[in-house]
Amino acid sequence: MSGNKGYAHDPGQGAAMVTLDSKMIDQLVNWSRASSLHYLLFGLACCGIELMQTGGPRSDLDRFGSVFRATPRQSDLMIVAGTLTYKMALRCQLLYQQMADPKWVISMGSCANCGGLFQLAYSVAKGVDKMIPVDVYVPGCPPRPEALTEGFLRIQELVKRDTLKARRASK
Amino acid sequence: MSHAALALKFGEAIGPLVAGSKDPHFTVRADAWLGVCEHLKGTLGFDFLQDLTATDHPKEGKLKLVAHFYGYGHRTMLAAKVELPRIGATVASLANVWRAAEWMEREAFDMFGIVFEGHPDLRRVLLPDDWVGHPLRKDYVEAGGYREISNERDNPLDQYLELDRKVRAVMDSAVKAAE
Repeated sequence: MSGNKGYAHDPGQGAAMVTLDSKMIDQLVNWSRASSLHYLLFGLACCGIELMQTGGPRSDLDRFGSVFRATPRQSDLMIVAGTLTYKMALRCQLLYQQMADPKWVISMGSCANCGGLFQLAYSVAKGVDKMIPVDVYVPGCPPRPEALTEGFLRIQELVKRDTLKARRASK
Repeated sequence: MSHAALALKFGEAIGPLVAGSKDPHFTVRADAWLGVCEHLKGTLGFDFLQDLTATDHPKEGKLKLVAHFYGYGHRTMLAAKVELPRIGATVASLANVWRAAEWMEREAFDMFGIVFEGHPDLRRVLLPDDWVGHPLRKDYVEAGGYREISNERDNPLDQYLELDRKVRAVMDSAVKAAE
């Protein structure tokens, strides 16, 4: 073994040697995932306006490497922003299924958390966690961009804590 | 003026004009509805169907279809109502008179269950297609969720109360031990 332990390609050794342990792979993968969390553009109501504001120049979610994608196929993170009716709940489920693994979900605002102001209405779903698993809940009606940014940073923490072992075990 | 012209032409099918309310309106018999509306648009110049909706009156056993007309030429507004039975409410569609009526009638069908004969595409417009019942009827009972999605949710305060109870129990036991 040379002194270049940890590198896959060692120019001095001829044959490539893999000496990365799983923890280092985890760190590398998690760092790249956490730094490029593309979120699905999924604004349903007034929270959607705050979501746009969070992506805008003042709050600038882009500085964390997060930009919006208009398709679930390219998204890692779904931010459910707004009142979810039962009709939309089915679409929400479908969009979640269409996202590639690994995926994370932020439930943004009171409506997505529990139905909020409209929870007694016949057509409103009582929280998005009735349909899809939620990682982070952001309270507020609607939450300010600072609050959503905080929620996003929590998701990044969550991504960084993830390990290959745990992910394999959960499947 | 328009009401007098209508009453002259359609006779008993047109009710008296209620002028005292905010919107002057009159009732139209259900079987004359299409003819009256064609006359309103074609001869009397009401080229704009402002609104078409309904109200539910369970005590009278009636649904009332309410339509608001406006004429850009003479700048007058007129409202008409059609009284329908709550069970088997059926009336002629206005979709071929004003195109705007198409979605408004779909909404009235969605919310009140009024069937519009001659409508080109009578489906629900706001609620999912497999929804049961018509929610704006006064006797509507919520089905309890939709498909496999439940509509029940625990009160989050219950968890705090439980936590509070546990903390109090620990504190009480500590106080007793100290005594």
